[in-house]
Amino acid sequence: MRAFSYERATSVEAAAKAAARNPEAKFIAGGTNILDLMKLEIEQPSHLIDVNGLGLDTIEKTSDGGLRIGAFVRNTDLAANETVRRDYALLSRALVAGASGQLRNKATTAGNLLQRTRCPYFYDPNQPCNKRQPGSGCSAIGGFTRQLGVVGVSDACIATHPSDMAVAMRALDAVVETTGATGEKRAIPIADLHRLPGDTPHIETVLERGELITGVVLPKPAGGKHIYRKVRDRASYAFALVSVGAVVHPDGTGSIAIGGIAPKPWRIEAAESELPKGARTASAILLADARPTEHNRFKVDLVERTLGAVLAEARG
Amino acid sequence: MPTPFNLELSRRELLVSSAATVALAGAAGGARAADRGEESLNRSTEVSFEVNGEAKRLDLDNRTTLLDALREHLHLTGTKKGCDHGQCGACTVLVDGRRINSCLTLAVMHEGDKITTIEGLGQPGSLHPMQAAFVKYDGFQCGYCTPGQICSSVAVLEEIRADIPSHVTQDLNTPAAITSAEIRERMSGNICRCGAYSNILDAITEVAGVPA
Ligand SMILES: Cc1cc2nc3c(=O)[nH]c(=O)nc-3n(C[C@H](O)[C@H](O)[C@H](O)COP(=O)(O)OP(=O)(O)OC[C@H]3O[C@@H](n4cnc5c(N)ncnc54)[C@H](O)[C@@H]3O)c2cc1C
Ligand code: SF4
Repeated sequence: MRAFSYERATSVEAAAKAAARNPEAKFIAGGTNILDLMKLEIEQPSHLIDVNGLGLDTIEKTSDGGLRIGAFVRNTDLAANETVRRDYALLSRALVAGASGQLRNKATTAGNLLQRTRCPYFYDPNQPCNKRQPGSGCSAIGGFTRQLGVVGVSDACIATHPSDMAVAMRALDAVVETTGATGEKRAIPIADLHRLPGDTPHIETVLERGELITGVVLPKPAGGKHIYRKVRDRASYAFALVSVGAVVHPDGTGSIAIGGIAPKPWRIEAAESELPKGARTASAILLADARPTEHNRFKVDLVERTLGAVLAEARG
Repeated sequence: MPTPFNLELSRRELLVSSAATVALAGAAGGARAADRGEESLNRSTEVSFEVNGEAKRLDLDNRTTLLDALREHLHLTGTKKGCDHGQCGACTVLVDGRRINSCLTLAVMHEGDKITTIEGLGQPGSLHPMQAAFVKYDGFQCGYCTPGQICSSVAVLEEIRADIPSHVTQDLNTPAAITSAEIRERMSGNICRCGAYSNILDAITEVAGVPA
């Protein structure tokens, strides 16, 4: 690991300013992703800003009946929150489907959203990777791609976003709140937080330098049945091959986001009005622009089948 | 065909050259930061926390993980380094009562925390009930993952009692019961390469006081 200087941030504004001042500075929250990557020297910050002292660790009702989740609420606490379990069960389900008990005790709301891809070539510093080293090429394309993306991908990068939590938040229409280096606040719909790779896969979000996520707001509960179904290589403690996060209403409509297939939680609203017609019709719309590889073509069928299972469960 | 003597030499050379690389990288890092006129060049930080009931004060290289602080600086070698990437659970310790992977957290981030390691749970002659149960049921073979398994087990039972749901909890609005399915799922972050899982489950089940 490269040497770095370390500070404990004392206010949101000071943290954002400190991060904006130094292009090599990074925030550290739970640390479970950034430290992993620093050990491999994939992340090489020269300065770490510890944001754990900032508070922002509560879950509160908003004035219009929604829920504001602090950036540093731990994944365990979010999953266990009574309101979340009752009114946003999809979110609890997605959280407990991810990582392990130990990791969820540390992982934060903000850190989870901003965790980086698990593409095996991204993790191997000996291989070219446009995300890790812009312009070096993509080893995954033409390589072993079973786990990689099928939609929203580009000729420069076919990596997926690995978060389960973000899939649930996308189906729930979450809004990410931030504070920038000059103190300005933004509310970013989660749909807009993650960028598609295009020819700049190293730029993963719309956040600007120094911009700190302070919380995530969920709109008031939508009702319906909440289901998170994750398909993976073993029954526990593995990233998704495909996951479906769904809120399904009694009339068969609902909102659906898919994980494991794209550089961001994948949702196409036009597919949702077709949900009553069944999984085949809806997944055809979701995957209309899919460009799978020989190794991950199975994900196209898996999306349809997992969605079919979710819709059957919702009909109950 | 290299003789053992040559092998020895080349290993030493390798060690020497990698030490030199580390020194160089350190110097380059310092220069980089100095170029930017960064005010704080602190490469180390003071931190105070409690380990197994004893107050500790350390001045640590910022890079030191909690795991390395425990093992290399406090010589509490019960906590094990397995993968060092949060995947195997051998480094599990309790911080303020919650289990975490000590390899994926910096020691300097634990100012004021209360840390419990396997040594703090119990000692020969006064074993924690979970330690005693692992012995009774042979919940290990080589023993390398065992300190992490035991710390995790103790926390798992607390998590169920604290009404924290898991992936296998049927109904999110009723507290999870202590069942073998719940224990298995919650222990999935602790890998045992010898495959002592069924005995580990028996040990935890006995301490939980429920029929397996
Ligand atoms: C073995 C293993 C298995 C895993 N399995 C899963 C899984 O199945 N599903 C899943 O979803 N995840 C999984 N994870 C990933 C885990 O969920 C993430 O590591 C975790 O959520 C990251 O949160 P953190 O708080 O620790 O982030 P950190 O590591 O602290 O930070 C991550 C990134 O976010 C930035 N950041 C942090 N806070 C802020 C903020 N407030 N504003 C702006 N930037 C910020 C940091 O600078 C860093 O770049 C796994 C991880 C491991 C190690
Ligand atoms: S898919 Fe993306 S992350 Fe993976 S090797 Fe290619 S550029 Fe890198």
